[in-house]
Amino acid sequence: MPKTKLTQELGTFSVLYRILARDIKVALRRQSDVTAVFFFFIIAASLFPLGSGADPKLLSAMAPSVLWVTALLSCMLSLSRMYSSDYADGTLEQIMLSNQPTVLIVLMKILAHWVLSGLPLVFVAPLIGLQFNLSSAELQILAVSLLMGTLALSLIGSIGAALTLGIRGTGVLIAILVLPLYIPVLVFGAGAVNAASIGMSPNGALSLLGAVLAMALVFAPLASAAALKIALE
Amino acid sequence: MGFLASNHVLIADNLVGVRGERLLFEKLNFELSNGTVLYLQGANGTGKTTLLRTICGLSKPYAGVVNWCGEDINSLAEEYFKHVLYIGHLPGIKEDLTALENLKFSLALSGKAISANQATEVLNMLGLAKGLNLPTRMLSQGQKRRVALARLWLQELPLWVLDEPFTALDVNATSLLKQKIEAFANEGGIIVMTTHQEVTLNVPKFEQLRLDA
Repeated sequence: MPKTKLTQELGTFSVLYRILARDIKVALRRQSDVTAVFFFFIIAASLFPLGSGADPKLLSAMAPSVLWVTALLSCMLSLSRMYSSDYADGTLEQIMLSNQPTVLIVLMKILAHWVLSGLPLVFVAPLIGLQFNLSSAELQILAVSLLMGTLALSLIGSIGAALTLGIRGTGVLIAILVLPLYIPVLVFGAGAVNAASIGMSPNGALSLLGAVLAMALVFAPLASAAALKIALE
Repeated sequence: MGFLASNHVLIADNLVGVRGERLLFEKLNFELSNGTVLYLQGANGTGKTTLLRTICGLSKPYAGVVNWCGEDINSLAEEYFKHVLYIGHLPGIKEDLTALENLKFSLALSGKAISANQATEVLNMLGLAKGLNLPTRMLSQGQKRRVALARLWLQELPLWVLDEPFTALDVNATSLLKQKIEAFANEGGIIVMTTHQEVTLNVPKFEQLRLDA
């Protein structure tokens, strides 16, 4: 008698979903990593009003750049961990040997990074923005620009994380590699909020931010996948 | 088992392996068909792991081709990964997840969903009953090894590439693994493995390859 078929086949979508869910589950078991990014953003952004005095005009003028730069640095904090722990315990090579396209797997890892370190900032940034005397219109644009921008940051950052995999002292190297590439995101993201604060339409800057995001969405997973293959050789 | 019924052939054609600037092996040729165990031997640093990683497609050979059923594995890409199971010297399990979660995830990677019952059954058989719901970080080296090896009992793939599978295993687990390898080869599976332990395997075709000869 043939053995009964025990297992059930999974489609591409379910495999990819499991990769995303696993990354989030692992991160939630190791909460210090996630909360560190979150609190770094809150504390660093809150230091500026304390340091620059209580002039509401000055505060609201510098708010877009301060909030955007702090968000950018917070997202960068966790970049080096994006692939390194999977690399160290051998799960990365198992993931690369899965029957799904590497590019899509990499995209899932990037999404997991964004959900854990970028997305929380989108929700907390408007609260921090209140400390800077931002109007509700500006707060809305801030949240929208961060929603698109942090995803672009995770995508671009993934290239740096993948390129520096397996190298000692990656933290600074990633910063040097990735920060120049973050400039367009910062310019258009903070630009959108700035436009809103002087009463202009933020749509132009937001569209350009969307264009950067679309480009990163296409090229970053490809570049990261290629870099990971080299790192695993 | 159905997945082993068809004929599979793994051919290494003039493989050359280089690590850094050092030549590890050259003009390596072999052909493995159903039921063959290829046992790689050689001192440390002679390129056993490099060869295994080349066979499973993680590393590209410096020169030469690995063929699976008549096609270059390089052009097969993900299609080839549907046939090969690799267990390297890194365990490939997440220390924050439990044995059960790790096993289910490894299987999901090759597109298989298994029930918690099936996974538990295999883990119990491997003597992990007590640690099922602990993060694998709490387990001993040998127990982690067992979690990694548990896939062999569930994943239905025709080619196994095993790097030192017996390392850190106790007598009991060693004999379980030995039996599993023999059963798999007798049903028509192909295995390429290295080990420093003395094992005598009762399989249809047993071939040895010394890399430092």
